[in-house]
Amino acid sequence: MDHPVQTDFLRWIVLFPLLGAAVNGLLGARIQDRWGERAVALVACAPVSLSFLFSLWAFGRLLALPAKERFLIDAFYTWIPMGSFSVDVAFWVDPLSAIMILVVSGIGGLIHFYSIGYMHGDRSLWRYFAYLNLFTFSMLLLVTGDNLLLMFVGWEGVGLCSWALIGFWYHDHTNTRAGNKAFIVNRIGDFGFVLGIFLLYWTLAGQGHGTLAFREIQEHVGLLADIQLWGIGVATLVTFLLFIGATGKSAQIPLYVWLPDAMQGPTPVSALIHAATMVTAGVYMIARLNELFSAAPATLGLIAVIGAATALFAATIAVTQNDIKRVLAYSTISQLGYMFLAMGVAAYTAGVFHLLTHAFFKACLFLGSGSIIHAMQGEQDMRQMGGLRKAMPATFWTFTIGVLAIAGTPFLAGFFSKDAILWQAWASHNEVLWGVAVFVAGLTAFYMFRQFFMVFFGECRADHHVRDHLHESPKIMTWPLWILAAGSVVVGYIGLPPFMGANLLDGWLDPVIHLPHGEHHSVAEEVGVMSVSIAAAVAGVAIAWFLYYLRTPSRDDSPEAKGVAYRVLYNKYYVDEVYQFVFVGGTLLLARIGAAFDRYIIDTIVDGSAKVTTIVSWFNGLFDKYVVDMLVNAVANVTFAVGNNFRRVQTGNINSYLYVVVGAVVVALIVKLRYWN
Amino acid sequence: MTEHVLSYMVFFPLAGMLIVLCLPRDRHDLIRWVSAAATVPPLLLGIGLYVNFDTTTTGMQFVQRAAWIPAFNIEYYVGVDGLSVSMVLLTALLSFLCIFASWNIDKGVKGYFALFLLLDTGMTGVFVALDFVLFYVFWEVMLLPMYFLIGIWGGPRKEYAAIKFFLYTLLGSVLMLVAILALYFYSEPNTFDMTKLMDRSNLYSTEPLGMWPFNVWGWGFQHVVWMALFIGFAIKIPAFPFHTWLPDAHVEAPTAISVILAGILLKMGTYGILRINYPMLPEATADLAFWFLAALGAWNIVYGGLCAMAQTDMKKLVAYSSVSHMGYVMLGMAAFNTQGINGAVLQMFNHGTITAMLFLLVGVIYDRAHHRDIDGFGGLAGIMPVYAGFTALAFFASMGLPGLSGFVSEVLVLLGAWPKYHALTIIAALGIVITAGYMLWMMQRVYLGPPNEKYRDLPEINGREIFTLFPLGVIVVVVGVYPRVVLDLLQASLNNINQMVISHLS
Repeated sequence: MDHPVQTDFLRWIVLFPLLGAAVNGLLGARIQDRWGERAVALVACAPVSLSFLFSLWAFGRLLALPAKERFLIDAFYTWIPMGSFSVDVAFWVDPLSAIMILVVSGIGGLIHFYSIGYMHGDRSLWRYFAYLNLFTFSMLLLVTGDNLLLMFVGWEGVGLCSWALIGFWYHDHTNTRAGNKAFIVNRIGDFGFVLGIFLLYWTLAGQGHGTLAFREIQEHVGLLADIQLWGIGVATLVTFLLFIGATGKSAQIPLYVWLPDAMQGPTPVSALIHAATMVTAGVYMIARLNELFSAAPATLGLIAVIGAATALFAATIAVTQNDIKRVLAYSTISQLGYMFLAMGVAAYTAGVFHLLTHAFFKACLFLGSGSIIHAMQGEQDMRQMGGLRKAMPATFWTFTIGVLAIAGTPFLAGFFSKDAILWQAWASHNEVLWGVAVFVAGLTAFYMFRQFFMVFFGECRADHHVRDHLHESPKIMTWPLWILAAGSVVVGYIGLPPFMGANLLDGWLDPVIHLPHGEHHSVAEEVGVMSVSIAAAVAGVAIAWFLYYLRTPSRDDSPEAKGVAYRVLYNKYYVDEVYQFVFVGGTLLLARIGAAFDRYIIDTIVDGSAKVTTIVSWFNGLFDKYVVDMLVNAVANVTFAVGNNFRRVQTGNINSYLYVVVGAVVVALIVKLRYWN
Repeated sequence: MTEHVLSYMVFFPLAGMLIVLCLPRDRHDLIRWVSAAATVPPLLLGIGLYVNFDTTTTGMQFVQRAAWIPAFNIEYYVGVDGLSVSMVLLTALLSFLCIFASWNIDKGVKGYFALFLLLDTGMTGVFVALDFVLFYVFWEVMLLPMYFLIGIWGGPRKEYAAIKFFLYTLLGSVLMLVAILALYFYSEPNTFDMTKLMDRSNLYSTEPLGMWPFNVWGWGFQHVVWMALFIGFAIKIPAFPFHTWLPDAHVEAPTAISVILAGILLKMGTYGILRINYPMLPEATADLAFWFLAALGAWNIVYGGLCAMAQTDMKKLVAYSSVSHMGYVMLGMAAFNTQGINGAVLQMFNHGTITAMLFLLVGVIYDRAHHRDIDGFGGLAGIMPVYAGFTALAFFASMGLPGLSGFVSEVLVLLGAWPKYHALTIIAALGIVITAGYMLWMMQRVYLGPPNEKYRDLPEINGREIFTLFPLGVIVVVVGVYPRVVLDLLQASLNNINQMVISHLS
């Protein structure tokens, strides 16, 4: 690993989508007018497909290398050279980022194709695809950037693109508000993230190794030990600050609030944000810096607690929601909580594993819900659905696989990855967190099957306009669903639990993720723990079956008519309202105070001093008028009077002038002779 | 040629002014084209300057000097180093573009363009002058046209704004003049030569003065002079609490004048501090930087941002955003490390281009709708898509989005500030959230949402307006992706200036 090979093609993995975005962004309107939607779609889909192919190529190159040398780098150019601080634009692919580029360009690519069908007929398709490409570019930059600052470029870039895509239909302020919320909440996270970068850089610089490159950070983590700031270990502080960034991007407590609103965007965008990109950024960042986080047990503890709490909190909210996408949105937050729980118990591989499987089944579910919304002519309320399995077989079957996978059905992808996390929580002696996670597993099964029954079973509750036009979505939308569904079945087998076979993922990630060696556990214990979570899932499904399959939900079922607990959950614990009042209101109040201070305090002083000057000059004026002017006038008057008298002298008669001159000269002579001698 | 290049850059606009004054007053187009022609040579010479600039030396380049008033040892002495060359380039570019942004001025055309060209000469002169008297003369030459440009061609409250601008500025000029004279009389032998004063930096006493309140604060002669200069410059920056002239001046000034004001005039404050206070009064700089540069800078960032959020007038919002963004410059220069000081000057350059775009963009909409009320629009993105595209670029650049120029300078400033001022950096970093807040909120209210029926037929941005915005947009992207195009110019000289102060830090 000491002599990485310069591999020029890596930059194209990242740059292709940027080119697509540039072409569509600058010329897309004309392309769409002239050559139609197909051309715009081609401009967008081709670069992402190329990125995917190049990613496969990079993956193949890695496979060909011995495990310890799996590392490719493409140093493009020096971005900011500034004394000891030097940041390169360099892309690298190692086993961890290889997985990520495959997921981002692969699942992201499927979402691009799906969008051709879903967004059909939109007049700003070019703009949509430009954003989608830019999003893919940012995410690829985030995962391939070889240093923290370059990662931050992608980090902010996905924030920008989420803003643009969530508010894509900008004529409606509900959407633009959701976009702003996403961006600003993410910025709060970024605030922590950049401070973490600064602290890390300067601490390492103080030890003679100022760097932000991941490889070098990993190498020099040991230097952080024993260094403190404000009485806290620097490693703890750095990881805490970086984790603040992660709570923003990956929607954890307390910054998760933007994600449910993010479904205001077109549904494929929700899939992109929730599954393949953006929200996984925080998990990826922690996995990337796993040695740094391992050096900060206090932060890890916090991450584990936040992860479990978020998983529980979001799952309880998901239970009561009636909007098909909102249920999925909260389930994303909840599943991300699992990933952070894994990170927190230092089971980084398990977290990445769940990230991977979740990308498949969540993309499948979101795109499936898009297909349903498409068929329901924009309706998202599950109370209006029901019985859709007959009209939409492809959507039904793929959605079923997705639901089974997320609910933890044995031998599907979600089962293996979720169980890896639960097992690690148990094995690291976090029994309480494990208990919470198991309970959440039950809740997950419950709310997903609640959704499943409400949407696909029973009688169709839509009005007849919608019912008569129910149809399966076009092929361009269903084949991505099948691919994702297939992934949701098979991807789990790369991370089998030890007693079932070889864990390919562990081996693959071993060069980059350094797991602490755990104690040995018996197979019986593992199977026992696994059985508990299966039992929880079965219980969840059974309750859902009882409440939502046997009893048909009513069209006009009002959450407000239910009990207090239900209302609190339905209204998301009123967190949005509290945030709005405290943070938004507080900031605006400060803003008004500042503006008022300028206007009423500072300007009063300024205007006042101007007033004083005016008054002084008024007195000055009086003085001028009555004293100075009087004197001047007096002088003038005297002069005038004298002049008036002397006017008689000026007769115009040359002779009299001569007399005067001669007389004057005579007088002068006399005076001179008489007195000056 | 190289010897005269700076003088040509300074006096070409002045020659243009003289020609404009000789033209008949009703030949508006002729006046405009002559004025535009007068700003082209400085721009071309500026490009030559950029290409031929030696980035490895710390000394003054393209120097020209000649005796002016020998009795007092006053010279005509001009030259540039890394600090001033970026500002000279910015001035040449913005002056050229602003002629075109002034195209639809139709009242007193001759007077407007004559004053504008005089202003151009003054601004360029300030950045190249290396003799204190020359510096002061150019400083005043620049202020007077500005007063009239706001006072005559301004909006409804132009008199108030112009007087306010004048009062503040006059106060600054007086203090600066006193300080310059003090520097002169206490130098040995007496000289106005700025390069000489920089070399003999230890000359000025820091012995605490006996007079109250300086004996309490432990301020010596050097500190008092520093403060006099600082107030003069702080008014220009503008630093809290000397900033309230700015929103009023901006709101009333015509678009092009706002661009010049924010793009160039504000930079003179921070330029002056780096050119004069740092090298000539290094001990005082080291002593006073914490409160008056770093803390005040961080306060500017947050306070300016919050005030921006409360505004309902687009121009006022942009004006307050300048207060906020100039805070980064103050904070960065007070970091006394290479990241901070280079970030600060890069921020000066970037703010010059980004805020110029913002004011030009507000001007575009004001020309069409004749108001700037943020809540009076809505959905402009659908009506004027190209215009909205430029707006988005400028807004996100202002928010410091990575990949655009503002990010590089802000991150360098904060990075530089961190090791010296932890708490202040944390406060300043709040700016990244606040800026996003007010910028996006304005974006949402003006450009997004349902289109306002009243403005359904607003014409799209025209060729002339695109011509003024496009070069700036390109710069914003290029500097963001490859910041070395500017950073390489700065480093040698700024590190040298920084070095002069570092040794005096306690």
